[in-house]
This record gives sequence, C-alpha cells and structure tokens, in this order.
Amino acid sequence: MAETTIKKEAVFAFGKKERKLLTDPLNDNNPITVQVLGICSALAVTTLMKPSIIMAIAVVFVTAFSNLFTSLLRKSIPKEVRMIVQLVIIATLVTVVELTLKAVDYPIYKQLSVFIGLIITNCIVMGRLEAFAMANTPWKSFLDGVGNGMGYGIILIIVSFFRELLGKGSVLGYKLIGSSSEALINTQEVAFMSWYQNNNLMVLPASAMFLIAIMIWVHRSYNQKLIDVS
Amino acid sequence: MELVNIFIKASFIENLILSYFLGMCSFLAVSKTLKTAFGLGLAVIFVLGITMPINWLINTFLLEEGGILGQDLTFLRFILFIAVIASMVQLVEMIIEKMSPALYNSLGIFLPLITVNCAILGGSLFMVSREYNFGESVAFGLGGGFGWFLAIVALAAIREKIKYSAVPAPMRGLGMAFLLTGLMGMAFLSLLGIDPSAIGN
Repeated sequence: MAETTIKKEAVFAFGKKERKLLTDPLNDNNPITVQVLGICSALAVTTLMKPSIIMAIAVVFVTAFSNLFTSLLRKSIPKEVRMIVQLVIIATLVTVVELTLKAVDYPIYKQLSVFIGLIITNCIVMGRLEAFAMANTPWKSFLDGVGNGMGYGIILIIVSFFRELLGKGSVLGYKLIGSSSEALINTQEVAFMSWYQNNNLMVLPASAMFLIAIMIWVHRSYNQKLIDVS
Repeated sequence: MELVNIFIKASFIENLILSYFLGMCSFLAVSKTLKTAFGLGLAVIFVLGITMPINWLINTFLLEEGGILGQDLTFLRFILFIAVIASMVQLVEMIIEKMSPALYNSLGIFLPLITVNCAILGGSLFMVSREYNFGESVAFGLGGGFGWFLAIVALAAIREKIKYSAVPAPMRGLGMAFLLTGLMGMAFLSLLGIDPSAIGN
C-alpha cells in the first residue's frame, strides 16, 4: 500500500534515494578527491578564502541548473552534437553568473573574472552532464548537481582556509597569526603567535596539490572503502 | 628559428600542466597506465595543434575590429572558441572509435572531457593575449600539446613504477598522483625565466 503512494508522487519526491544524491558527493563520491574533476580552478582560486566561497556558490548554481536543463532536453539532443549543446547551456549559465556578480559585488568580480569564465571548462559541470544528467530525470539531476557543487565547494573552502592561514596568516582577510608588516612598524599591534613567518610556498599552486594529497590521505584513512586496490 | 623557440618554450619552459597547472582533470585520471596516457597525449597534441590555428583565423578575421564584419565582436570569443574545440573533439572521438575501439573504451569519459580540458581553451586564450601570428600559433599549439604529452607520459611512467613501492594504503593511486604532480611542478618552476632565444648567441 505504501509503495503505490510513493510511486505516484515520484516527480518531486525527497526520500532516502534523493538525500543520497545530495550527500554522496560530499563524502563517498567527492568530485575532487574521488572523481578527480575540476582541479584547475581548485588550484587557481584557493589562495584566498573569500573568492573561494563565491566561486563555490557560483559552481553550485551552474552545476545544478545545467544538470536540470540538460536533463529536460536529454531526449531531443542528438548524440553527435551533444557536447556543443551542453556547452551552450553551460556558457549561458556562466554568463548569467558573471553578470550577476558584476552587478552585486564589483571588487570580487574584478578579482575572480577570469576564473568565473573558466567555470565553462570546469570538468565537474561537463562530467556530471555526461555521466548523470543525460540518463536521469530532471529532479534527480538537479539534486545531483547541487550535491556535486557542494562537494566541490567544501574542498575549495578547506584548501583555501589552509592556504590563506599558512600563506598570509589570515582567515577571510582578518589577520590571525604572525606579525603583519604594519605590526612591524607599529610595535603596539602584535598578532597572536607573532613568531610565525608567512610561508610563501603556500601561495604557489603546487601547495594546493600537496594539500589535496594530504586531504585524500586523511579522507581515505577514515573511509577505507575508497582505498585504491589496483 | 623563431618558431622552434616558441615550440621549445611552450613544451618545456611554459609547460601547460607543470607551470600553469592547466588540464589537470584528465592528466590525473588517465595517467594510471602508460598506454592510455600515450593515447590521450596524442589526442591532445592533435586537438591543440588543430584548434589553435582555426581559433587564430576566427579571432583575426571574424572577431577583431579589422575583420570581415568590421565590428569588434571579441565578447563572443569564449563561445566561438569553445564551439570550435567541441567540434574538433567530437571529430577525434569518431576517428578513435573507428581506428582503435580498445583505446576508445579505456579513455572512457575523458575523451569528451578533452573539450573541457583547460589546457585547450587556455592555450587559445594565451595565443590571443600574446598576440601570436599564424605560424607562431601553430608552433605554440604543437609545442603546448607536446609538453602536455611529455608530462602525462612521465607521470604515468612514475605511477607504474611506484605501484611496487610501499606507499601507505590511503595514499595509493590518486594521493600519490597529486603529490607527484606537485613535486614535478616545483621542479619545473626552476625552468621559468630561461630564454631559449638567448641560447647559442
């Protein structure tokens, strides 16, 4: 009896399966540490925390809605030209994000502009369209897009937290550790742990590779089933 | 000679992967075995070598103010570039599917993903910002592709060897690939600033 009622309201259902679509990319099927998609921007944007958060929100928006629209159109897209159709959808959404950001927060737009454009070539968006949205219903695809965008955003925020903390001694722009150059001039103002010297390695893109490697190590130590057996 | 310099510079000194970290996704995921890495590397050389001159022609004769349309249409650059890249990749996909189904299957989802390989679009955008002419853009495309090819083959070879080492279980595979790429990138940082045109003078 219960089964038949569930089947009737299937279009916008939010049951266990749907919740799994949202939470799976955060842990077991994380886009960056497990599926290996979207590394380029993870390296480029994460020197500071604030742009990373904006970037994460933008990617959630683009993955969710490109998944939704592709899934709606999936039966009428011919296989041979599917990539071009998908890219037009993605490019349109990225333009929407870019113009919105330009109107709402111009300084951040200036800081991010190139990388907002590069969401078009962010493998996560395209990868999820190919792997999920072309074969699933619109609602499920939307949830999958939100989930994967968040899974990507979490990694971005964690990596940028450590890179900003260790590279610049600050979090979200607030000086936390180490002595700032102003503090050297004005000796009254000494930050917590003033012996800390900013680590310039953390500003280089290579440090993001090391940080992600460490995160994979920690993640897989807790989640043993992800360990590469080959 | 100028073209050779650009080729060498694009493949070694300004290596797209190891200096700019462009095109990481497929680089990390397809470098498990030497054979697939080799195939993908060749495909990237082909796509970069073809799209770069085509994008150069489009940019010079269609989009810029002095072109056929006589209007500044450079705001359409992203969409047109990506459309050229996507159609070229589709072409490569069809060719590989016909010529070598085994390679086609092992490349899997990463073949269509060459389209969104940042190295390809990034290369075209570098070409625009550095104001290369036609010959130089061909040399830059082939050189960039060759550098990408070398880097992925090198990483695949290291990963095949490192399989026999006692790596901690959670670091096996992907974790080591990240670490190795970081180290290779640090090594390549020291090549920055070398000017090949000065060598031999």
